[in-house]
Amino acid sequence: MAKVPVQFTLNGSETAEFIESGTTLLNALRDKIGDTSPKGGCHQGTCGACSVIIDGELKLSCLTLAETCNGADIKTTAGLAEGGVLHPLQRAFLDAFATQCGFCTPGMIVAAKVLLDRTPNPSREDVVEALSGNICRCTGYEPIIQAVLTAARANSQNAA
Amino acid sequence: MSLALQTFSSVKDANAALQAAGTRYLGGGTLVVRAANEGDVSTSSLVRVTDPGLSQIAVSGGNVRLGASVTMAAIARHPELAALAPAARAVGGPAIRNMATVGGNLFAPAPYGDFAVALLALDATVIAEDGELPIETFLAGRDTSRAIVTAVGFSLPGPKSFRFLKVSRVKPKGVSVLSIAALLERTADGAVTAARIALGCMADRPIRAKAAEKALLGRKLTPREIAPALAAAGQGIAPITDPIASAWYRTEVLPVHLGRLLSN
Repeated sequence: MAKVPVQFTLNGSETAEFIESGTTLLNALRDKIGDTSPKGGCHQGTCGACSVIIDGELKLSCLTLAETCNGADIKTTAGLAEGGVLHPLQRAFLDAFATQCGFCTPGMIVAAKVLLDRTPNPSREDVVEALSGNICRCTGYEPIIQAVLTAARANSQNAA
Repeated sequence: MSLALQTFSSVKDANAALQAAGTRYLGGGTLVVRAANEGDVSTSSLVRVTDPGLSQIAVSGGNVRLGASVTMAAIARHPELAALAPAARAVGGPAIRNMATVGGNLFAPAPYGDFAVALLALDATVIAEDGELPIETFLAGRDTSRAIVTAVGFSLPGPKSFRFLKVSRVKPKGVSVLSIAALLERTADGAVTAARIALGCMADRPIRAKAAEKALLGRKLTPREIAPALAAAGQGIAPITDPIASAWYRTEVLPVHLGRLLSN
């Protein structure tokens, strides 16, 4: 099958690749472009491990065809650290033991980032709702919720 | 197995391409890409339309028109659609709601399609390029429908006249055990003068509880007066059995949850 070009901004860098028509964004990112931070869990839209941010909205890369992302601004967890310094959410996840096997972590972090970008001081209910599409089988969720709340507090202190 | 995606700027051109065998329409991807990922090889080609008109929400004079590509998230945050927000928020988690569309939800097989349950209670009109259908007629024929749905239209329900309930085992996001939507007109003293009740998961697609609707007429929403409606709620249902719940369980709990929805 003829390949088709896709072009988008990935974590601030212009990215272009030739892919087979019908390739999911998840497979394009992982297999062609080399960003393996989104994980392929269920491929059914249930687990949230493949979550990415497309034009500011949280979406599932396993159910998004790469061709529909032409011209889009895509952010993944791999692009959050700046100059080797972890993003406050990443720092908080490590400090709170919110990551165990780590498979759900990149999806959790982008879901939390979308929340904090819009709601800098979220309630616990806001956090639970924002993470409700992301499944974790290790932590029991509580450390993850605490990590997001901690990162929000750290952000607001830095801003004050 | 690979999928070929064809992108069109107009619904007319896409409708023509959709007539080819093995072709499905791509909305938000939460149904068709999911099916492809699961190994469904019956689809070899996908068609999508980029017309921005499909993503428009129009509210004027109490009438609502939702473009087929409007997402659940867009409905949930729209200030004039607060009555529908509970139904829009019932679909998936945040990422799914940013993708899942009004048009797609009309085709979602049970246990999905909670928003279509709300649209059925609202007596929505399903709009395609070649005409309009009442939602009940549309749902009955959706398996063989080949025309791209472009929008749905309905009258915005009055305050407190529309109720929606989704029952799931996992909170806040879980697949439906069942969902119920009810549009009730009542007199000043609370007696029901008109009722439309729609049920999700009580068949392979949303259905109306017509016997319960009839039994509510003239009644107030007290436990004693709604009892006949609850007893009638199971008439004509054929609930699905899936990993969430058996048909038997869904049948048993339907009157309980309908009673809670009506009594609130």
